[in-house]
Amino acid sequence: MRYRNATAYRFLTPYLLIFAIFWIWPIISSFLISFQATRTVPWRFAPTFNWGRLIGDPAFFNALKNTLLILVIQVPVMISLAIVMAVLLNSPLLKARGLYRFAFFAPVVVGEVAYSAVFRLMFSLDFGIVNKLLNSVGLPKIDWFSNVTPAMALIMIAVTWRWAGYNAIIILAGLQSIPDDVYEAATLDRVSKVKQFFHITLPLLKPVIVFCAVLSIIGTMQLFTEPFLITERGGPGGGTETLGLLLYRQGFRSLNFGYASAVAYTMAGLAIAITLVQLWLTREPK
Amino acid sequence: MTSRSQRRLGRTIALHLFLTPLALIWLFPLWMMVVFSTMPDNGIFSPGIELLPHDGFLDNFNNLQRDTNFVGAIGISVSVAVTYTFLSVLLTSMAGWALARYEFLGKGIVVAIIFGTITLPYAVVLIPQFIMVARDFQLANTWVALIVPPLFNSLGVLFMRQAFSMMPAELFDAARVEGVKEWRIFLFVALPLARPMLAALAIILFLASWNNYLWPLLINSQPGAMTAPVALGTLIGLTKVSWGGIMAGAVMLTVPMLIVFVLLQRHFIAGIAAGAVK
Repeated sequence: MRYRNATAYRFLTPYLLIFAIFWIWPIISSFLISFQATRTVPWRFAPTFNWGRLIGDPAFFNALKNTLLILVIQVPVMISLAIVMAVLLNSPLLKARGLYRFAFFAPVVVGEVAYSAVFRLMFSLDFGIVNKLLNSVGLPKIDWFSNVTPAMALIMIAVTWRWAGYNAIIILAGLQSIPDDVYEAATLDRVSKVKQFFHITLPLLKPVIVFCAVLSIIGTMQLFTEPFLITERGGPGGGTETLGLLLYRQGFRSLNFGYASAVAYTMAGLAIAITLVQLWLTREPK
Repeated sequence: MTSRSQRRLGRTIALHLFLTPLALIWLFPLWMMVVFSTMPDNGIFSPGIELLPHDGFLDNFNNLQRDTNFVGAIGISVSVAVTYTFLSVLLTSMAGWALARYEFLGKGIVVAIIFGTITLPYAVVLIPQFIMVARDFQLANTWVALIVPPLFNSLGVLFMRQAFSMMPAELFDAARVEGVKEWRIFLFVALPLARPMLAALAIILFLASWNNYLWPLLINSQPGAMTAPVALGTLIGLTKVSWGGIMAGAVMLTVPMLIVFVLLQRHFIAGIAAGAVK
């Protein structure tokens, strides 16, 4: 290929312009804002104002703890479930494949607001269908909204329902790119299906699973709509407040942009750190 | 031989015995959304277990329209999603074309920073974007605010770059020998060839715009400027509100997308899976 600077940049300019204005500059800008006191007019440079507050703020540590707790439990459960879905959907023995695919993939198109509303209604204490069904099989009702543990469980259930199929689609595509003859050879050598799964399928899927895990971690790190709408602004009493919700409250309710930017950069730092650890853990052996 | 086919039958049954309940659980919230949307509020909040649809959808829809101008909000959502999809497909395919087919100064840097943003949380740019659009540009509660800032997307460009770089170079070289201009080659040779990929990209972008919640919630918070998810979200948590109405709104947001999903499943899945298969 010849160098064609002018032509290339003519095609790239509109995209790069949007990129520069709405991403590159904001990335720099929010870093700078996090070092300013933003509730005075004009804003003034105060390097420790927000960051100092952050490390002493119980609300921040509560949101951080909740976010990490959801991350550590929900992401592995969801990815495992997505692997199971993908492997079973890929089975040649499966009948009516289209129906099963629809069931697992349909949540992918459902908006956060729509499904938050449904989950809120389904899990309500006295009239929610879930508690009615629990009761009808002799189990006690669960107060999903007034106690922290069930409220956290509810958030994780909702997110898992919404995103497991999405990850299953990606993993299924990965499965289908594994050539059949790998399995044929193993079957000829009388390797059991279970062994084939753990010794052939999983190692070959590793890059795809890591990709899913990284995307899920970044998504869950920013969890906002579910605790905002399902458990009503992070209730009960901040029990499901996440970093995303804290950022929203600080930035857009209290209009404290400096502090909210410090929270945003903490999220970015965590996301980058977790991504790097994950890439390092799953690096190709030399 | 019999024992082998018996084992096969046993495995088939076990597979379906496991997968069927899981599929039913997965469909249950969507089914209940439809059921709730057809029930009067006193039916939703009654002690009995109701699992079949009733006939109150229109009443619920009227209640919803009384609580908020949902039809107007749907109109905004549709127009914004259509415009956004068109512009975003155009921008990302132009950029993808440049990255796939030309050598130019700074290419490595451009690709590296696009890749870099994949793992960066959106939260980092949210506050400056808001300050810029609402305060500096004074564009809050406009269509521009809803459409322009989300136009940047990294996975779309990488997807289109992949699509264009898989096409044989001879196709374009032949046109160049004839003296055809580069932008004509892009528009009339490359884009038509990329139609399946453009369809996949367009569906994913349309869905993202249709369901987008946080940014429209922040930037277009005035009643007449809200998108449909934001308008519906304002009702959740209010005390005097029709839940049947909220469910009717949820159905109106969801069912069209489910129909699109069923009809264009191949493109949909290609669009999502493309993120991973590089």
